[in-house]
Amino acid sequence: MKNIWAFAKDFLAEALKGGKLYYSWLGFLGLCILAGLYPMYIILSKGLIMTGLTDQISMGQYLSNFVYTAHIAAAAILVVIPGFVYKRPDMRDLAVLGEIVAIGFVISGLIFVLFHMGRPERFWHMLPFVGYPNFPSSTLVFDAITLNVYLILNVIAVSFFLYRRYHDRSVHVPFYHFIVWWAIMWGPLIHIITAAVLGNNARMFAWNTAVLPFAFLSMAGASGPAIVIMIFLLVRKYTRLAIPDSAIDVLRKIMVWSLGIMALVFVSEDFAVLYNSTAHAEPLKFAMFGHHGLNDYVPWFWGIMACFVGSLIALLFPRVYKSYDCWLPFVCLIVAASILLEKPYLLMFPSFSPSPLGEYTVYHTTLPEFLTLAAIWAIGMLVMTLLLKGAVGVILGDVSRESRAAVAHENTGTPVTAQGGA
Amino acid sequence: MSQQCSGHCHCGKGAEEAESIDTTRRDLLKYMGVAAMAGAMAEADSPEAEAATFKEWFQTHYQLMTDSEKKACIARLEARYSEEYGKHVTVSDAPPLKGVLFGYALNIQKCIGCRTCVHACVQENNQSRYDPEVQWIKVLKMEKGGDSFSEDKREKGYPEHSAIGDHGVQVGGNAYTPAGVSLEDSVRYYDPEKVPEDGSFYFPVQCQQCEKPPCVKTCPVRATFREPNGVVVIDYNWCIGCRMCQLACPYGARRFNWGEPNLPPEEMNPKTHYFGNRPRMRGVMEKCTFCLQRTREGRMPACLEACPVGARKFGNLLDPQSEIRQVLATKRVFRFKEEFNTYPKFFYFVD
Repeated sequence: MKNIWAFAKDFLAEALKGGKLYYSWLGFLGLCILAGLYPMYIILSKGLIMTGLTDQISMGQYLSNFVYTAHIAAAAILVVIPGFVYKRPDMRDLAVLGEIVAIGFVISGLIFVLFHMGRPERFWHMLPFVGYPNFPSSTLVFDAITLNVYLILNVIAVSFFLYRRYHDRSVHVPFYHFIVWWAIMWGPLIHIITAAVLGNNARMFAWNTAVLPFAFLSMAGASGPAIVIMIFLLVRKYTRLAIPDSAIDVLRKIMVWSLGIMALVFVSEDFAVLYNSTAHAEPLKFAMFGHHGLNDYVPWFWGIMACFVGSLIALLFPRVYKSYDCWLPFVCLIVAASILLEKPYLLMFPSFSPSPLGEYTVYHTTLPEFLTLAAIWAIGMLVMTLLLKGAVGVILGDVSRESRAAVAHENTGTPVTAQGGA
Repeated sequence: MSQQCSGHCHCGKGAEEAESIDTTRRDLLKYMGVAAMAGAMAEADSPEAEAATFKEWFQTHYQLMTDSEKKACIARLEARYSEEYGKHVTVSDAPPLKGVLFGYALNIQKCIGCRTCVHACVQENNQSRYDPEVQWIKVLKMEKGGDSFSEDKREKGYPEHSAIGDHGVQVGGNAYTPAGVSLEDSVRYYDPEKVPEDGSFYFPVQCQQCEKPPCVKTCPVRATFREPNGVVVIDYNWCIGCRMCQLACPYGARRFNWGEPNLPPEEMNPKTHYFGNRPRMRGVMEKCTFCLQRTREGRMPACLEACPVGARKFGNLLDPQSEIRQVLATKRVFRFKEEFNTYPKFFYFVD
């Protein structure tokens, strides 16, 4: 117990230690959370009427952003797989960073779901044994179970890794590998089931398609590594943890393949519905061309498609993907942002037109809704940032049982490579 | 067939209209006073009311309750509603009828689009009255399509003559013009002086009480379920407000309480049922229940009683002598969106 306490104290101390830039980032996240507190209270007390949701578009920003968090959380295993499945030594220790990314995004995602609910205080109705879950009919029950199990798996894996490392003991014991392999299998599962939650609605023509899980997984494979590459580039720029180029290149290759598969998925779906252009094509046609002048989503559609195709092409050129300080992070930012914006503006909103009774509707995000979105994102990002910062310290050996004993610990400044771990 | 509409359109004479606006304004002031009072009361919750809220949070699904729990729950609700609305409110939990499967049939040939049913439903079932008014029945106005086709467009289709070659028109110029039942070109927010309008017909839609309801399958907490009389109901105290059912419904039948419902006490119908028209709270789903509180007592749904042209028929599908069975046996009947395989017990027919 004393050991755990010492570990927690040292870990937190390391997580809260940093330069001006680090504190500005933490301060920014803190501000976002503070600014969201009152809108959160308003929405929880007055109801979802304070958001842009209507009976016509009944799934809005919260659910869109939740799907994105599921993208990134599922994709975090792509950081784990190279080290564990393909035994790449340069990726072994980095796996824990991927798991931390998953934790941050799942936390945001679960809060998004709570805000999406009309009666969040009744969440326990869905719990097994205490509630009355509609098992096995309802896909949402599966989604709730898989997401929470995934969060728990990652929390266990991350804390086990960091705690053992702190005591300078090897993490490669059967228990750790069991948990990591379980998480590797579980990651895609959370996303396939999230796709099922949307895809099981026969009347939602844009979602009720067999390619939806493939679209989700390929988008996860593109946006997840995009975000992880940006994090890795920041880590190796601002800490002594020298993440090798080879690790970045692996993630970039995954991104390119995912973008390619995503393009095929989009083209297949577009062809399947547009060739005959039946009722199933209406939501897509609404997004592509508008409807009698109601064309709010048309610029989003073509803009986001241009970003997808542009990033795919750009990432084929060595001049771009070898430019670790400039072009690569820029393209990663474009991919991550365009897939984030794709969720509400292509996946969600246009899919609700026409409604079952033929209405075409546009969604208007309200200010309280936007502020709560920012706050919920900030909560997940704050947890992720602190965990990442502490974890890097643990991997480097700055935070350890010995360094606690050694009073005069000197920062030698020598870069420590990622494979230098236990 | 032409008939004066029922006062929900601007069809009255000038003086009558002014009077009615005046009444509305007076009513509005009255409501505002009542609302302010209700607000003050809500702020100073009595310990009993707080205890009731607390107990309601721990309340289980109604179907899982023991008889004594059900009794306590009903008593709690009756006390709460009676206090809130300042009148004696009863909450029935009358069981489903034996040997009954409810069915509904609507004669679209007779419907004149007056929306009397819509407003009778709102009054009977204690829906929110303003900001917004929640309506369970939607009447779609559709164009008869007599002028849809034109000689001008006959050969102006696709593909056009081009250098590649002329293979004839494959998509006729008269494509993409609606005729007959077309949801996309239907209008819900029509407001004419008189109904029915020439060149239009009307198509009311409400919960179709599917025999294979997709909403029930998708509800994560079984808050909505099919009761033995074939009616899909909701336990408003168990619903978590996830709206999966709304996403599943191909008929747009479900209505969500996005905000706190606004039900003025003097308009509140005090005769309620637990699964029917008892007042709902913010953040839960609601929908047509075939007026459960009436039909379980052998009465007719409010929309049927209100219909001025007798377009609506209701009864027991298992009783060969019932009117609904006569309709099914003798009229041209169809189910709405039968391609979804939901097997509605709501039928449309023409004579």
